[in-house]
Amino acid sequence: MDRRTFLWTSGLGAFVAAGPSFAEVPGQPAGLGEGARASAVLEALPGKRALIKRSYRPPNFETPLEVFRDTITPNDAFFVRYHLAGIPDPDPAQWRLSLGGAAAGKSLSLSLADLQSGFEQVELPAVCLCSGNRRGLSSPHVAGVQWGYGAMGNARWGGVRLRDLLAKVAPAAEAMEVLFDGADSPVLERTPDYVKSLPLWKALDENTLLAFTMNGEPLPRWNGAPVRLVVPGWTATYWVKHLDSIRVETQPLKNFWMASAYRIPKGKFPVVDRFLTQETETTTPITEIIVNSLLTSPLEGQRLAPGDPLLVEGIAWDGGFGIASVDVSTDGGVHWSRAELAPELGRFSFRGFRQVFPGLSAGRHVVMARASNRAGTTQTLDLIFNPAGYHNNVVQRIAVDIV
Amino acid sequence: MKWVALLGLLAVVPAVASEEQVRLQEAEGRTRAEAHCSMCHSLDYIPLNAGILDRKGWEASVNKMIKVMGAPIPAGEVPALVDYLTRNYGKQ
Ligand code: HEC
Repeated sequence: MDRRTFLWTSGLGAFVAAGPSFAEVPGQPAGLGEGARASAVLEALPGKRALIKRSYRPPNFETPLEVFRDTITPNDAFFVRYHLAGIPDPDPAQWRLSLGGAAAGKSLSLSLADLQSGFEQVELPAVCLCSGNRRGLSSPHVAGVQWGYGAMGNARWGGVRLRDLLAKVAPAAEAMEVLFDGADSPVLERTPDYVKSLPLWKALDENTLLAFTMNGEPLPRWNGAPVRLVVPGWTATYWVKHLDSIRVETQPLKNFWMASAYRIPKGKFPVVDRFLTQETETTTPITEIIVNSLLTSPLEGQRLAPGDPLLVEGIAWDGGFGIASVDVSTDGGVHWSRAELAPELGRFSFRGFRQVFPGLSAGRHVVMARASNRAGTTQTLDLIFNPAGYHNNVVQRIAVDIV
Repeated sequence: MKWVALLGLLAVVPAVASEEQVRLQEAEGRTRAEAHCSMCHSLDYIPLNAGILDRKGWEASVNKMIKVMGAPIPAGEVPALVDYLTRNYGKQ
């Protein structure tokens, strides 16, 4: 059997999914391109509820807007993002994690049971957000997976601290970066494998975890079973799934996924964390999530009758400084008022906000929400364009007609 | 992790069977694009990006697939692929 036939046919019977729904997916943001709208369908991966399909193989599936009415994203609604189509389905009992590298004093191989019994168990709510979330809204549009609002989710991640593991392999003084590889793999040998690195200081951060539970359940296959890296505050490119190798190295990792992909122009975004060993004159790896918010009410195109209260509600998040305030406007940004914030689940978590406007006058009202964080940064009103469409935190403008 | 087909450990399968329903625009060059662009990912990556890239953009994209991703596409096939992609999925 030639390779193509193999790819197309092998194992098809193993997956039974709910058939696609070809009607236009409701609630797609107005700013998405024609291609993204036309190729989106609602479809369920095995073990997931119906999500917005962006690509089948590898599976790239987006969480629909209504799910974000809850601050914690359920596992079966959590978005799925892969670059490479070789996706493992590891047996947790057989799984091994190897630790070592040129700057490790010794090497180690651990089982899941070792992680569960040999280290302090911790749990932490944190936003997992694809660097390219909202890429599909870039203007001009840029190539790549055309995400709308839902390449993100917030879960309680349970596992062990990476630094407790690293302590067991005694990193040397020359340790510079820690490399992470998962069991997913490219289809062809020549395609760069997905390996990522963190600066040593971020790897040693007390919040950086190896998670094997998500909202109290074992990780779903599509979200990295049996163990994934969780890097609270930083974008999901670093949250390596199906993690099976950790190496402490003395040199910066120079592969496609570090040196070419996931880079932002230097100095354009309000980021604090720097990844110095990977910086060039002009670009730097993406690091922490920038402050942002999402309105779950009102919906684009929603109509209300005069006198109906207008509920302005949503979630806000940032890279772990914590949300300080969310300002909302119903007149396109002329007047702003401070929304009520829900209790904070943790500084890396989504945080709810809401404000009810009683009885607005007839006509069109443009609703906006603008979050600020404790580092003193706030969402941008105008897109900060960059060629890969990262870090889109433009304040939304949702038009509501009161008729 | 090493590549799939070599190790034979993992099955590279469409995550969902509906991938079969993705069809490229019926036009001169369709079978060529289907043959060269479906090895590593589903064909929907192409319509997903419809209307974004002009001829130069599609040329750069095909060259990225070859040079960066290692697509085994003979150089002689590139102009016809770029024609098909530009005509059917190009920026207007
Ligand atoms: C050798 C494997 C391989 C082949 C063959 C291949 N691609 Fe890709 N392509 C990739 C990978 C890997 C990605 C990144 C996927 C991701 O990040 O979701 C990609 C992504 C893309 C994207 C999204 C934009 C980008 O650059 O990430 C487009 C568009 C695309 N491919 C078009 C094509 C076309 C057209 C062909 C046929 C001429 C093709 N591909 C053949 C590996 C391949």
